[in-house]
Amino acid sequence: MTEPLLRVDGLAAGYGQLQAVRGVSFEVAAGEALAVIGENGAGKTTLFHSICGLHAASSGEVVFGGERLRGTPAHDIVRRGIALVPEGRRIFPSLSVDENLRVSEDQQRRRTGARRWTRDRVYQLFPDLRAAAQRGGHQISGGQQQMLAIGRALLSEPRLLLLDEVSLGLSPAVIKVLYQALAAIRADGMTLVFVEQDVRRSLAFSDHLVCLHKGTVRLARPSHGSSVDEVRRAYFG
Amino acid sequence: MTMQLIETLLNGLLLGGLYGLIGLGLSINFGTMRVVYLAHGDLIVLAAYFLVVALVPLGIPALVAAAIVVPVLFAVGWALQRFIVGWSLGRGILPPLIVTFGISMVLQNVLLLFATADARTLQTSLASSGVRLGSITVPTVRIIDFAVGVGCLGLLLAILGRTALGRALRATSDDADTARLMGVDPRRMYAVAAGISAATGAVGGVLLSATRTFYPTTGSEALLVAFEVVVVGGLGSLTGTFLGGILLAMAQLLAALWPGPSYSQVAAHVVVLLVLVFRPQGLLPRTAP
Repeated sequence: MTEPLLRVDGLAAGYGQLQAVRGVSFEVAAGEALAVIGENGAGKTTLFHSICGLHAASSGEVVFGGERLRGTPAHDIVRRGIALVPEGRRIFPSLSVDENLRVSEDQQRRRTGARRWTRDRVYQLFPDLRAAAQRGGHQISGGQQQMLAIGRALLSEPRLLLLDEVSLGLSPAVIKVLYQALAAIRADGMTLVFVEQDVRRSLAFSDHLVCLHKGTVRLARPSHGSSVDEVRRAYFG
Repeated sequence: MTMQLIETLLNGLLLGGLYGLIGLGLSINFGTMRVVYLAHGDLIVLAAYFLVVALVPLGIPALVAAAIVVPVLFAVGWALQRFIVGWSLGRGILPPLIVTFGISMVLQNVLLLFATADARTLQTSLASSGVRLGSITVPTVRIIDFAVGVGCLGLLLAILGRTALGRALRATSDDADTARLMGVDPRRMYAVAAGISAATGAVGGVLLSATRTFYPTTGSEALLVAFEVVVVGGLGSLTGTFLGGILLAMAQLLAALWPGPSYSQVAAHVVVLLVLVFRPQGLLPRTAP
């Protein structure tokens, strides 16, 4: 059996007394899309933050492309190929749209080897952003901010893209555009792990799903053939 | 009377260039790290001493010596941040205040020990020369203060606005965690910001040494000026900081004209008070760079 691109093994993390993630394990093969579902407080965001180094895990291990990552600072993990599109988008408000993209692109300058992503390619993926390129990061719509957050993550040349609550608070039309773009990114060979509240969309867009409940894995299975009701039962414990 | 007023305002504008420059360093540290860097004034005075007590007596021409002082102070600011101040970040507002206050006390006492409490100044031919504009004579050194101050402001705005380093600094200032997700190491950015801040302080120190006499304790005075300049100008806005410097200097010199010289310090504090009451966000609140 080949080594998966990402292996999370018994990961635990919390805040003081509160254990938000308690021994979570799963694997993601290269090119796969994994949906992480769970209600608020299930530990999804803490799980993502622990994988990409923003939050220190208390035990367990994250292995990415055969390398152990626990204890590696976040700015090194992104260089190894894991990018997070954070919940709430976290656009730099005092930078323009174009500068938000450049901050990420700048860090890749010294990178040797071919680059797959350029600002131009991001603008092709999201034409809306090209039109807003010179506007301030705080002046654009929520949908544009989400496009920008995805584009900014892609410019760090990830092999694995983590997406936290991509569609939260956005209109159906915008969500459709975002998922079309994600489908194109996925078709290009990107490995995705994403959190999405809409169970139906999660199933349709993923190869596997992991359902978290109170920091533990309640359900893990292939998405194909899983029913929405079955997942919802696991979702609410 | 009118000529005297114009002369005073012109002198205030020019002196404001030095005040603004002194404020810029504090503004950079506050803008990127949200730290009020209490040792900033002492770094300015350290630069002045380094120039006047260590380099000039060796026979090094003042301009060459100044070109040595600035990069050395960049390194000092960088190292202080990397090895001392950096450890105090992320644990509330008090630890960095205490640590930078401690650095301030150490620097003052080191200067006292090695350079004595004697008054110093940079002896140059500029000190006594002036430029005639119509019937007004302006000290040359003040024109240099202003020109260098504006030059430093322009350089800083260009670095922050147009370079990869500037983008990374601004991103870190906006949201350090998200900057890390882009591959930016905030500790590195903070050290570079502290280095740039100390380098602007060094430029200020060189000008200060040519403009007036100074003592090991002048750093506290310079810090007060810097702090008031930043509060008046608007926290985190470099252009605002610079304008704040001009406003404070004009207020000081106008008050020295009327009601009299002993009111000049009070006038600056009154301006700060008025700004805090009527425009607490400062002249130019934080926007883009």
